[in-house]
Amino acid sequence: MADTSATNAFVEFERVQKSYDGENLVVKDLNLSMPKGEFLTMLGPSGSGKTTCLMMLAGFETATHGDIRLDGKSINNIPPHKRGIGMVFQNYALFPHMTVAENLAFPLEVRKMGKSDREEKVKIALDRVQMGAFGGRRPAQLSGGQQQRVALARALVFEPELVLMDEPLGALDKQLRETLQFEITHLAHELGITVVYVTHDQTEALTMSDRVAVFENGRIQQLAPPDLLYEEPENSFVAQFIGENNTLEGVVKEIKGGTCLVQLDGGGMIEAKPINVTQAGERTRVSIRPERVEFNKDRMPEGAHTLKAEVLEFVYMGDIFRTRLRVAGTDNFIIKTRNAPDQVRLKPGQQIEIGWLAEDCRALDA
Amino acid sequence: MSDVNTATTALDAERAEKEYSGPMLAADGTPLKRSLNRALRRQKMRALLLIAPLLIFVLVTFIAPIADMLFRSVENEIVQNTLPRTTKALDQWSGEDGTTPDAPVYKALYQDIYVAQERKLHTRLGSRLNYELTGASSLFRKSGRGVDDIGEVYQDQFEDLNAFWKKGENWNEIFGSDAWLAQIKDWKKASGTPQPVFEMRDGIADIFPQTASYYLIFADFVQTVDEDNLYKEDPWPLIYSAFYDDMAGDTAAAIASYSGPGATEIAEAAAAAPGFETVDYKAAFVKIDKDWGASPIWGTIRAYSPKFTSGYFLNAVDMQKSADGPQLRPENERIYGTLFLRTLFMSVCITLSCILLGYPVGWILANLPARSANLLMILVLLPFWTSLLVRTSAWKVMLQQQGVVNDTLVWLGVVADDSRLALINNQTGTIIAMTHILLPFMILPLYSVMKTVPPSYLRAAKSLGATNWTAFWRVYFPQSVPGIGAGSILVFILSIGYYITPEIVGGTTGTFISNRIAYHISSSLNWGLAAALGAILLAVVLGLYYAYDKIVGIDNVKLGG
Repeated sequence: MADTSATNAFVEFERVQKSYDGENLVVKDLNLSMPKGEFLTMLGPSGSGKTTCLMMLAGFETATHGDIRLDGKSINNIPPHKRGIGMVFQNYALFPHMTVAENLAFPLEVRKMGKSDREEKVKIALDRVQMGAFGGRRPAQLSGGQQQRVALARALVFEPELVLMDEPLGALDKQLRETLQFEITHLAHELGITVVYVTHDQTEALTMSDRVAVFENGRIQQLAPPDLLYEEPENSFVAQFIGENNTLEGVVKEIKGGTCLVQLDGGGMIEAKPINVTQAGERTRVSIRPERVEFNKDRMPEGAHTLKAEVLEFVYMGDIFRTRLRVAGTDNFIIKTRNAPDQVRLKPGQQIEIGWLAEDCRALDA
Repeated sequence: MSDVNTATTALDAERAEKEYSGPMLAADGTPLKRSLNRALRRQKMRALLLIAPLLIFVLVTFIAPIADMLFRSVENEIVQNTLPRTTKALDQWSGEDGTTPDAPVYKALYQDIYVAQERKLHTRLGSRLNYELTGASSLFRKSGRGVDDIGEVYQDQFEDLNAFWKKGENWNEIFGSDAWLAQIKDWKKASGTPQPVFEMRDGIADIFPQTASYYLIFADFVQTVDEDNLYKEDPWPLIYSAFYDDMAGDTAAAIASYSGPGATEIAEAAAAAPGFETVDYKAAFVKIDKDWGASPIWGTIRAYSPKFTSGYFLNAVDMQKSADGPQLRPENERIYGTLFLRTLFMSVCITLSCILLGYPVGWILANLPARSANLLMILVLLPFWTSLLVRTSAWKVMLQQQGVVNDTLVWLGVVADDSRLALINNQTGTIIAMTHILLPFMILPLYSVMKTVPPSYLRAAKSLGATNWTAFWRVYFPQSVPGIGAGSILVFILSIGYYITPEIVGGTTGTFISNRIAYHISSSLNWGLAAALGAILLAVVLGLYYAYDKIVGIDNVKLGG
């Protein structure tokens, strides 16, 4: 899956395992390598091992097995404070008894930097996150967004090459989160730093990252750029986890060339692109993105397979319409259509036919 | 359309609000403040009712006794109440060292002590003055026994003159009113009805002013304290001496024209009185005890004759009253200053050792997983479930010369058998035992404060390049200071007033001021001094609390959350 042998790797995990209790592995055989300057997101449900990986990289947890390398050197035995890795925490972890400026000066102070240099760097760092006017305040006097900006500035002020972020925007409201997402990616690219970002919010992962590692059950399920991850999920977990997804279960009837025929459990036969199926007779889950489904006969692609569907619910969401259908025995088939002037608004009870391109429909593991 | 309407009215209202500049009004036009107060009044009343039982309880059982105690530390009515005539007469005395008061003062002293000894008050005054002047107690006891003899000089002479004066009935006939006499003659003690209260004959007080006044005291004493039949009671010798004084006094003319009951006997006595042998009160008192002929006792009585005194407080800070105002006691008599300093010093030691021992425990408690933390917490709380006396006595067993600790040290060869450590009945013993007993009061606030410091702060500090020590000292420790503050205040204030443990393990050098207070309350019965010491202790604690608030800030004290 991951290219562990890359020569330009800056951060490398090699066969890393982690167990807390000696019975269960929280991280199972993790291999990952990232080049300098990359923005990599570890995405996964809680308990999937992503935060543990981050903590091992930061040095707060030790790997039970395997090697973690930073810039080619193994850091397994280097204590956290000597790793020179910046870190941003979910609860900001700004020291409440220090002012904002003192918080920022702290990493410089422990590095024995002179006072004037320190002040200059703190000022630059605060200006960089538009917090220049707040140096004298205490963290408690700042809003959540401001605190996170300060935390970010503090993680960057000592110019680390690698910055780790542990769900830094988790406690903020949606609008602020979007603003900060943009600011963080902008900063990261501007400064050329390498970022490992942990989140369980897939939108965040997709919009910010160069590559996303999807974690589940202690393993990386897929490591790919956001567009590939969304459009070409490699297994049904990733398909389900990233974005909205329709799943139809069935049995492979026949594989020929680039496509396969799937007999659905709820009745009907569809064509799909075989991804994780190798031979006829295997069970499979077919995944189709809601926005790739078409019900307008005029726009139906040439040669698309169609299924009968009944409209159960129509939800107006402003920019899009979200329609829930009953298809092949499942009540949870969603389609999304753009709110265009000529778009049809479906009504519950309406009988329609839906179809899609075979290549948009991926036959994954059952 | 309606949307547009509401929009305009909302805008109008806003505009109107901007133009209005008076006090904020509620919807019904009353000032907002008043209607807010009305809305809150019910809530306030309910809150008050809820705390009322505790408030009353605290007022009655706590505030009032403390106020009473503080009052006792300055209250000094006993001297004036017991020696009213003497203290008044003493105003004439210059008070110079080496002199003694004039004769009238000794006469007043005789009268006062006579009344006091009948009421058994002179020994109490003796004990009170003994706090200020050693020997006063025995002086008053001796004098109480001796005053009987002084008055008897006149009693004997009157009785020798005429047996009439021996009989209580005759005295009552002269001094009692006719109505009362009629009632008392019919009254029988066995009947169970209360004795008719003595009533003075009209006009008799003008003729025999001194006798009458003492006769009133005498009658009251016999009827209410002794509960004997006054009619049959023979008067005190004091009455005879007053009677003689009246005969020789300003009212001699009135006596000559007296025509009431016993007129013949009175005329006879008035005629004989100038030839009577007189009493030199001063000589009589000096004969009882030569101290009455020296100035110290008189200086003390005069110094303590006002109703309120600073004497207890002076005493509590090792000072005493003297002719030149308050001054320090001789060096070998000073104890309280040392004791206060020792109490403060040892409380500081105990607080510091509690911090040293408690901080790591608090840390462990706050950072362990919940299950183990709970178990450890039970161990911390265990001392609370054991009786204080048991714990302190256990320390006695542990620390004595042949105790567990010494035995172990000898066995390990750390100390020689003949130089076993003195760990008890001194300051070391008190500090060890008190540290153990007060430790939970340090650990609990530390724990609850440390519990609120998220571990991510330490991680953040380390990720920023701080070593373990720097991260702890610069980031964790400052945030745990409120816990140290709360624990220190608790431990320090508890230990400064601790009594039972120092009493048991402290010996003589390891006791606190509270042990001295307890001694004065229960053994020497010098409550005034105990109250003064307690008041000073209270003031010291409040002063330290104030200083603490100024330096650390009481807002920085947290007991949790």
